[in-house]
This record gives sequence, structure tokens and C-alpha cells, in this order.
Amino acid sequence: MTLTDFKYGDVIHRCFRCGYCKFPINWMDVNNCPAYARFRMETYSCGGRLWLTRAWLDGEIEWSDHLADILYSCTACKNCEVKCPLSFNIDILNMMVAAKGEMVERGEIPSAVKDFLENIQRQGNPYGTSRTKRGDWMEGTGIEEYQGQEFLYYVGCVGSYDTRGQQTARVLGKVLQKAGVSFGVLGNDENCDGNEVKNLGEETLFEMLAEENVAQFRGLGVQKVVTLSPHSYNAIKNDYPGFNGDFDVLHYTQLLQGLIRNGGLDVSGGYNATVTYHDPCFLGRWNEEYDAPRAVLRAIPGVRLIEMARNRNGALCCGGGGGNFYIDLLGGSEDSPARRRVREACETGANILAVACPNCLTMLEDAVKAEGLEDKLAVKDIAEIVGEACGIK
Amino acid sequence: MDSVYQALVDIVGQEHVSNRPEELFIYSYDLGTTEPHRPDYAVTPRTTEEIQEIVRLANREKVPVVPLGGGLSLAGLAVPFKGGITLDLKRMDSILEVNEKARYALVECGVSQGQLTSYLERNYPHLTHSEPGAPPTATIAGNVAIHGQGDIAQPYGFNSDMVNGLEIVLPTGEVCKFGSCSIGSGWFTLHPLPDVGLFLGWSGTTGIITKVSIRLFPGRRIRGVGQFVVEDEELVPEIMYKLSHTQMTEDIIAFSQAIPPFASGLQHFTINIAADSEKELEFKQEMVWDDTLGEYIRSGAGGFLGFRSGLQRPQVSKTSDWRKGGGFEYVGSIMPVDTYPECYRRGREISERHEIPYTVLGRCVGTAHAMMFSWTYAFNRADPETMKQAREALHETDDLVLELGGTIWKPGLYGQKLVMERLDPNTLNLMKKIKQMLDPNGIMNPGNWEVS
Repeated sequence: MTLTDFKYGDVIHRCFRCGYCKFPINWMDVNNCPAYARFRMETYSCGGRLWLTRAWLDGEIEWSDHLADILYSCTACKNCEVKCPLSFNIDILNMMVAAKGEMVERGEIPSAVKDFLENIQRQGNPYGTSRTKRGDWMEGTGIEEYQGQEFLYYVGCVGSYDTRGQQTARVLGKVLQKAGVSFGVLGNDENCDGNEVKNLGEETLFEMLAEENVAQFRGLGVQKVVTLSPHSYNAIKNDYPGFNGDFDVLHYTQLLQGLIRNGGLDVSGGYNATVTYHDPCFLGRWNEEYDAPRAVLRAIPGVRLIEMARNRNGALCCGGGGGNFYIDLLGGSEDSPARRRVREACETGANILAVACPNCLTMLEDAVKAEGLEDKLAVKDIAEIVGEACGIK
Repeated sequence: MDSVYQALVDIVGQEHVSNRPEELFIYSYDLGTTEPHRPDYAVTPRTTEEIQEIVRLANREKVPVVPLGGGLSLAGLAVPFKGGITLDLKRMDSILEVNEKARYALVECGVSQGQLTSYLERNYPHLTHSEPGAPPTATIAGNVAIHGQGDIAQPYGFNSDMVNGLEIVLPTGEVCKFGSCSIGSGWFTLHPLPDVGLFLGWSGTTGIITKVSIRLFPGRRIRGVGQFVVEDEELVPEIMYKLSHTQMTEDIIAFSQAIPPFASGLQHFTINIAADSEKELEFKQEMVWDDTLGEYIRSGAGGFLGFRSGLQRPQVSKTSDWRKGGGFEYVGSIMPVDTYPECYRRGREISERHEIPYTVLGRCVGTAHAMMFSWTYAFNRADPETMKQAREALHETDDLVLELGGTIWKPGLYGQKLVMERLDPNTLNLMKKIKQMLDPNGIMNPGNWEVS
């Protein structure tokens, strides 16, 4: 493909590299693009990536491993789209995804991305763990398989396979049981939602996953879905309708907000902590849901909710999006976005960093360890905090 | 193994130095029309000591060093014309001190305008700094180094006049401090020590600013912008003069542009007024709109378009997308205020000759002691012909500035040549001597301000 054939060939030159995209909403620093925060070379800024993409497609520079790393270091956090004041801002991420797509097409992608995609093709998850183990997380919980209940509880890959993610998936299941929600899960029959696959530029694989999932959901008569992960929520809400998959989908914090408000979930057990909340990109900037997680936290007696300076649509991404929770192009440094984020959380004086995404949970918990902050700050999913507040051990 | 590369890695660490094509490509470009030139290395130091070591290395190896702040001069001032090391200074981004009572901020050289604005708003809302019209990634140090001006230029003048102290790495690697900080006192004044002002306006050819103390000013509780319009450009100088006489404004800008077409040919004013109370605001508004501009309104020569409380800071600009082409460059100049009408007319002619919608702007600096007048030329980055047209228009405008009796602000290579051709020979010779003394190996940002 040349620049002329590139879908965004008539747009990509419009980036001036003014750098608005590096800032959070309140301009407090230039480190709100996770990749730029990590490397601080202009190549890793949003504008740098766009200029490099154009130069690559125009033959000014050759493809290289380094170029691929630069493009794949984009976490698809959407900070650039929020901050860019120009009318083409809605296409910034699309341009990145299309460039990654071209790399996929040519087979010129980082080896970790290749592994990620191959594992999903083979096993339906990025870890390469057997499909037959996908439902192991629910052992001993009494959670039922989906058989026409009101909600399909869609867990996602991280909740199904990552040890910490599994804990959260279990707690959320128990909370839903306690609230008397009619729900079931797919267990070993659940497949990857494809959200990261799409953002990694593997459009064909994404289409296949979306079609399969939609067919499966429809075949089972699913009408309502509640997700553990904002990534799943985003794919099912925004992409699946394009595959005839119109489901009433909620992120679990939205469901819990309603349950607590209507008296369907008793959180009077409380949770005594000073809590700061980290907005996940795929719940926040992608879907503009900033209030439900905070409403849940505020409803719990004992929770003192304080905000980090960068919050809501100005939040710093944990660095795990765009597959980076697995391909890990942003790790290994005190400048890694997750480590910057936990330092920021610690500065608030909070002792709990609350998240609403299993990817954020694993990224930020690892960062707390790397920063040696274990005695000051613990990372908890909101489901876990709610679980404690309603007496679930 | 490239020995310079390895030495740079030893100084700043592998992640902060690159000789790979991707970084060399990105750092070869200015955002304006200047032709790209590739550096040999891109380096992002974190400390003054690292910069010292890099400069010493560059002297040993006779490798050029090009300091880069926000990279927004648009005049190609940080393009590595002779290769070498591009020093991206933005990792040095700590706000080191805000002295509330002495009203100054001490910042590292990579601190951005947006960062300081946000910091002051959150922590010292009663203090403000003079924020230029550039995107907020522009750095404080880079802006004072090019004699920038900002949104309180009317009462307080150039940003470079607000410098209280500097820390500089000289081209030979020594660190020097200037101002009260140099005798171990605070960073509260540049005066009254002997003047060695060798670093502002030199485009990084005499040293690298690593710290700057910048004056802060009262940040009023209410800040807003009023708009006023006249049809006759000849009225602009006297209006600017009268407005500055009131000492009631923070910023006075007159501008005219071809888009939207219905407003083409009109001269618009934006007049910033600030106050700590409604009573003060009312008084200032009365002084400005009634007592000063009332005569124009009553005679029908001018129109008041309204006053809006709240100031967008940092200012968000969409100039680069005017032609949906991702590019623009402007000639900035420091001009006598009474040249406004001619600047407008002649600039409009240049734009129309090159088929570029015209945009001109004059910002009052001080009590109308001068104005920064700019002519902006948008281009389409994907269309080399429009870039060529813009470049030609820019060069014609550089010529115009000098013809009209002004000075070019932060000139690129073409403008520098024009200025040096007109410079007093003794002054030029002094510049040459200073440069040779400070930078014996000619490593600092070569190509810029080279006296033959």
C-alpha cells in the first residue's frame, strides 16, 4: 500500500504536531500520551506516529522493528482525540489502527503482537492457554452457565485467565448472586471479544470473532449483557451492532449503580478507606462513563473518594490498552505510564486505588510492586470493594 | 560501533539517545516551511550535568549541538542544518520554585507554557505569567530565548524582559548563572549586576538555557475579552495608543483576515481586561469602551462587539488547519505601532499575489512602545507547490519588515541574512567576536547567526 491507497491518505498530513494531544484536559503536564510519557522522544508522540506513518507509506523511511514498536506503543487511550482541537481528530486513532493493519497485512509486526494474535486464533485468548481452561475461574462459585437468564455475564480474557483478573471475576459473580441478578456465563464456550484485536490492526480476525460471538449470543437468546471488562463492553456496545448484534450491554459498574440505588444490593457493611479512582480508557474516554463507578464508590459507607489531578477524560492511561497489557512495549521503566499513575494515586493520600477494569488492575498492581508502594497503596477492583461492603469474603 | 553514539549512551542512557532513522526523520523537520536536515543523533537529557557532558563530548568530536524546546518557532531555528546532536530538552520539565511574595517562578528549560499555566491556576490563582499565543507545548525557556511576547504584553512588555535569572551551559561546557542567583541569592532579579546578556535572541548559538526564572504578575479573579471593530486601518495606531494610555488592559491585539469573507478588510480588536471585583471591572470597562472608544462608536467609525468573561488559557489555535493542510508559517516582526496600516495593506498584497488567504495581526507591546506584527501563510503539507508559495511569501515579507523600518522577530536563515546585511558593521563584528570567544569550535546550532 502507498500513501495514495491509504484510507486516510487525504487526512494524515493535516497533523501539525502542535502537541495539544500530549496534555491532559487541565494542561498540567505533557505526559498524558502513555507512549510519549514512557519514552519522551517526539517519535512516540501522537503527532510523531502520524508523521512517521505518512513517511513510511510515502517511502521516505523504511519499515523497521523500531517503527513497528513505535506504532504499537499506542495504547488507543483516545487522549489525543479528546485534546486535538482540529476537525480530523475523530480519525486519529483510525489512522493508527489502519497503519497497524497495513503492518499486519505485510506480516511486519512485533513478535509479541504476532504471538498475541496467534494465541487468539488458536485458543481464543492472548495468553495461549487452552480454551478448555477458560471457565476455570468459576469453579466453586456456583455460577451457572448461561441458559436464558436475564443477563449474560461476559467475563473476557483477562478475567478468565489472569490470576488477579479471575479473583475479580469471581467476586463480581458472587456480588451479582447476592443481589439476586438472573445471570449466566459462557464458561469454556466464551471467546475473545476482539476489542484489542481490532486495535492491533487485525481487522479480519476481529470480524471473525465478532461474527462468532454475535452468532453465539443470538443462538442462546441473549438480550442483555453485563461485562467485567470495559474492553468487552466497548466491543459489544459499539462494534457488534455492525454484525447484527444489538444487545443491551452494561458495564458492571452501571448495573451495580442501579442495584444499589434501587435497594437491590446492600452495601451497608461499608469499606473504610480513602479511595482514588482510575478511569479506564474504554469506559471513560471511549464511552464517556465517568459517573457510574464513582456513584458506586460514593454509595459505600466509609469510602472517602478523592480525585487524582488527572481524572475523567483527562486520566492517564495505565498503559495496558492496544494489547499492551500483553505485548508490553511500555514497561520496564519508572516512566512507564502505570508507574507514573500509581505515584500520582499515592500523592493523593489515598490508600486504595480503585479500578473498574481487569487490565488496569493487573497493570497498576504490578506498578505498585515495582514502585515499592505496597505498604501505602493497594489496587482494588470496584467489584472487590463492593464485595467486601456486602459481606462477601 | 559509533563512538559518539556510545559516549552519548554512557551519558544519558540508551533509551534517551537514538541514531535510528525514525528519530532522525522526526527531528529533521521544523513545522514550518524550512527544508529538513537530519541530525546524526537525537538525545533527551534530564540534567544540566548531562548537558555539560554532551557539550564537552561535542567539542572533542567537533559535532554540532542543536538545542530544541517546544520546536514551535516555525522559523527552522532548531533544524540541524549541519547535522550533529539534536538536544530535545523537554525531559527537563520540573517547576523548581514559585516564590509567591517575590512573584517569580524558577523552571527547568523543558517546562511548557501549559504546564506553568495549569500549575499556577491550581496552586497560585492570584499569580499569572505572560502566555504566548503558541500552543501550550511551547517552553518557557524557548520563548524567552526568542524574545517572545504573551497575553500580558501590554502592561509588562516582552517575555524576555521578565527574566530574573538564567542558568546556562556554555558551548565549552561550563555552567554559568546570571542575575541575583549568581551570587547565591534568590532568583528574584537580573539587575543590577554587569550586563552579560549574550543568550537571548541568539537562537541557541551561544549556549543552552537550562534554568530560567521568570517574573509572575497579579492574576486577577476576573479576566475577559472584549471585541471592537473598525473598517479603517488608519485608525488602528491611534486606538492602540489611546487604549495603552488607559493602563486598563492586559492585552491589545488588532487583526484582520480574509476568512470569513464577510469580515475581510475589517480590523478587529481583542482587548483583554482583568479585575479583582465587579466594581473594578465596571470601572475599567467604562474607561475602555466609553471614555476611550466611545468616540469611534458614536461616530460610526467603530463597533463594540461585546465582552465575554473568562479567558481561554492556554489559547487553543486551529490555524494549522485553515487550508486543511496541516501547515502554516508566519513572519513575526517588532514594528512601530504607526506602521500598522502599511503592514496590513502590503501584507494583504503579498498574500493575494501568492493566492493565500491573508491573516495579519498586531499585538501591542508595552504602552504602545512597539507591536509584534505577524503575517501568516497557511500551506498544505501534502502539496509542495503551496509550500513553495508560502516560502516565497515569507521571504517577501522578511524584506517588507526591513523596508518598513521594523525588525524581524526570530528570523530564520533568510531573515538572519537580511538583518546581518544591514547590521552596523561594528555591532556585527562584536557578534562575531562574542561567538568566537564563547564557541571556539563553532558547535552551537551552526548555520544560525553565522557572521562571515
